Amino acid sequence: MDLQIAAILLQDGMANGAIYTMLALGFVLVFTTTRIIFASYGDLIALSALTLHALQNGRLPGTVSLVAILAVFATTVECWSLMRAGKLRRVPRAILIWLIIPVLPVAGCLLLQDHLSHAAQIALTVALVMPIAPLLYRLVFQPIERASTLTLLIVALVLHYVIAGFALLTFGAEGVRTAGAVSGSVELLGVSVGLQVVAFVSVAALFSTGLALFFRFTMAGKALRATAYNSAGASLVGISTRGSAVFAFLLAGVIAAIVGILIGPTITIYYDSGLMIGLKGFVGAVLGGFVSYPLAALGSVIVGLVEAYASFFASLFK
Amino acid sequence: MTMFSTAPITLSHAHLMRTTLILAGTATLLAMPFAISSFSISLLNLVGIYALAALGLTLITGSGGVTSFAQAAFMGIGAYASAYMTLRLGLGAWIGLGAALLVVGACAALMGAVTLHLGGHYLPITTLAWAVAVYMVFGNLTDLGAHSGIGDIAPISLFGLPLDRPDRAFYLVWAVLVLALIGASNLLSSRQGRAISALRGGAVLAQSLGVNPFRVRLLLFVLAAELAAIAGWLFAHTQRFISPSSFDLNVGLQILLMSVLGGIGNVLGAVIGSAAVTLGRNAIQDLLPGLGLNAGTLEIIVFGIVFILLLHYSPRGLSPLIEALLPTRSGETLPTIGQDERLAFSRTTDRDAPVLAVRGLGKRFGGLAAVDDLSFEMRARSITALIGPNGAGKSTTFDLISGLKIPSSGTVLFLGEPTRGKPAHTMIGSGLSRTFQHVKLRPKVTLLENVMMGAHWRMKAGLFAGLLRLDRREEREFRRVAMLALKEIGMDEDPLALAGNLPLGPQRLLEIARALASDPVLIILDEPAAGLRSQEKQALAKLLRHLRSEGLSILMVEHDMEFVMGLADDIVVLDFGRRLALGKPAEIRNNPRVQEAYLGGAE
Repeated sequence: MDLQIAAILLQDGMANGAIYTMLALGFVLVFTTTRIIFASYGDLIALSALTLHALQNGRLPGTVSLVAILAVFATTVECWSLMRAGKLRRVPRAILIWLIIPVLPVAGCLLLQDHLSHAAQIALTVALVMPIAPLLYRLVFQPIERASTLTLLIVALVLHYVIAGFALLTFGAEGVRTAGAVSGSVELLGVSVGLQVVAFVSVAALFSTGLALFFRFTMAGKALRATAYNSAGASLVGISTRGSAVFAFLLAGVIAAIVGILIGPTITIYYDSGLMIGLKGFVGAVLGGFVSYPLAALGSVIVGLVEAYASFFASLFK
Repeated sequence: MTMFSTAPITLSHAHLMRTTLILAGTATLLAMPFAISSFSISLLNLVGIYALAALGLTLITGSGGVTSFAQAAFMGIGAYASAYMTLRLGLGAWIGLGAALLVVGACAALMGAVTLHLGGHYLPITTLAWAVAVYMVFGNLTDLGAHSGIGDIAPISLFGLPLDRPDRAFYLVWAVLVLALIGASNLLSSRQGRAISALRGGAVLAQSLGVNPFRVRLLLFVLAAELAAIAGWLFAHTQRFISPSSFDLNVGLQILLMSVLGGIGNVLGAVIGSAAVTLGRNAIQDLLPGLGLNAGTLEIIVFGIVFILLLHYSPRGLSPLIEALLPTRSGETLPTIGQDERLAFSRTTDRDAPVLAVRGLGKRFGGLAAVDDLSFEMRARSITALIGPNGAGKSTTFDLISGLKIPSSGTVLFLGEPTRGKPAHTMIGSGLSRTFQHVKLRPKVTLLENVMMGAHWRMKAGLFAGLLRLDRREEREFRRVAMLALKEIGMDEDPLALAGNLPLGPQRLLEIARALASDPVLIILDEPAAGLRSQEKQALAKLLRHLRSEGLSILMVEHDMEFVMGLADDIVVLDFGRRLALGKPAEIRNNPRVQEAYLGGAE
């Protein structure tokens, strides 16, 4: 292996590492606020890539029906529990949050899908994938929020099969690659660096910094940190732990949507690719000890580098 | 009066119910092959095989608190080992079983030895990697058929009869399963079972009772893998065909699903979960086409949703629901204790010999000195109290003395020997037993069994004695010890009550009884009187005086000054980690520096 190849592998590793970093951020975010090891997290990434591909090819993405079904069920469950608790006055707000807002991108998709620019397709994909995670939390995890970590993990694993099954039903079994937004390369320190890699690393860096600032300086970020540190204590000082959980899932959903869009042009995504993609982010998070964001990021970069160098040595092309 | 006269009748009624259920269950199992189709029988064989692997998980996850994704991989190693023996080397299936157990045992021991030291999520991740790697290896070994697998594996022969049909194999599979269930439930109620339960309460509790957490985890991990090996062996010789995909990560996940759905709190959960998943999926496959739906893709969705709804309904799995229908275990016989019989202690030390010497002890957490240059000595047969405002470093001192934390500086001499370098779990054996500020008991375990945990180090029964119930004599002996210890704290009336149902005060007393069952020289009590009513405090003081007269030494942290002043021989006052004063109660009471620390300056 000469330096040239080492540099190319380093690029690959950094690109993978950037993606796994974002994934690990999502895992840690969800785990620290809710104790849920969100094993079906990777599926959201697969859904994002599949959705964008469908939009680019003028088909109605299956995500539309998934979001609509989840929103209807989540609203029903939420309204039913509000009515049983006698809090009728909060029903309109629940309908707004759980039904109208999630369904807006669905409506947008149905009305506008043929008249979208490339950027608008990406924005619509994010808007469609974003609400899935909080809706799943409301339907699947909130009713068992006190269950053991193991039960929560198992439910998340089974959820993977359900989502992948749904993706198979609506998107079909073929693998897809989305059309990339960036291509080409730049010269950097005498080495040609793919723009795709630059995009990965800069988006990951942007997200990490953004999250760090968010956690440090905003009230919502501080509330999330308080819930993560001690959820009983946080609820005593007036922080809604459920609100924090929904918010954590929403943020994780945004991250997943963006990761899906980023990796869509580089690897072929199948309906069940989510488990393996998620697993690597999970390993990164575990290497970082699962509680610290910077360590999770470091762990993910290590996973990315190991993957790049190991696959080179294991392949026949060296 | 009526209450007392009906009680024994309901007990024997429950006993009768249980016996009837067991007999009915056995008869149903025996009759099964004559009653249902050959296809259903082979389905039941699979239920039994997966239940064996899931039982392993119930043991490590439910009791040991460790999760593994590698059960299917161990099944695979067992299956391939036996298939190789019979097909390539021409040996019998029973020799194949031996090979399966050997190979899987070695793999599991090696893997556990490397990874069980790691905490947190590392073990699950390693088992995950193992599951993927084993699949890859079998897929690429051409000698083992690579991805197309191995066919024509010989059936198992029992007394010359080849078990080559599902109905013949049925009896073997289910006999093995029933034996494994009995063994597992024996194990959980034995000495090793109590060690497992203690470990579930945290490594600190386990160590303080003389249980080596690593050893117990390794034992459980290997045991679970061996159950999977047997399952793999049965799979290979009843299905007669194996391929890597029979043991891939998906199967590993499925076994985990089974044990969680069945409920990891009960050994029967493994069978219930395996039956629910195997038969449930089959039922869904049958049902969907009947409704005019495409079974292929919908099956997994319907199965997943049903699975999630079941766990919503009962987050601890299905076995608690079924357990509620079964009659409770009939009354255990309790050891009878004579009226004046009291707990005896055998290891008392000479009066005034130094039991404990603390010299220049220090513990720093980063920049904070929790304990700083602390020295004091404790005579035998004395009660020494460690007092001081909150945050003075009292509990840290206890952790340093009992070996749970390693001192940054200084030494602790217990019975004249330095404790540095001795693992925490060996302290109880050398005579030091303790209680905790935040009570560490096993809430779902009886008072009697909680106290017996204290005698763990005095007992000998190992894994096999527990599995085969060869430990009855020792168990009887130490049940007596535990009863006597309960009598000391005045709680011998209902020894079969669950510890978690007690109020906090009595839970603290129960920890003292547990410490006494270890035949200690020195007991360390962390706030023993907290949460007790005044009468109970008097009884506790009386007990501690009695223990002192029996030759025990007692070191305690306590905030109740009346209690301390009336009881202690010597008092050590701590403030900000440093020794503020040392002396008899009267001296401490009149010490101006102590008054200042407690009440603030007089300015």
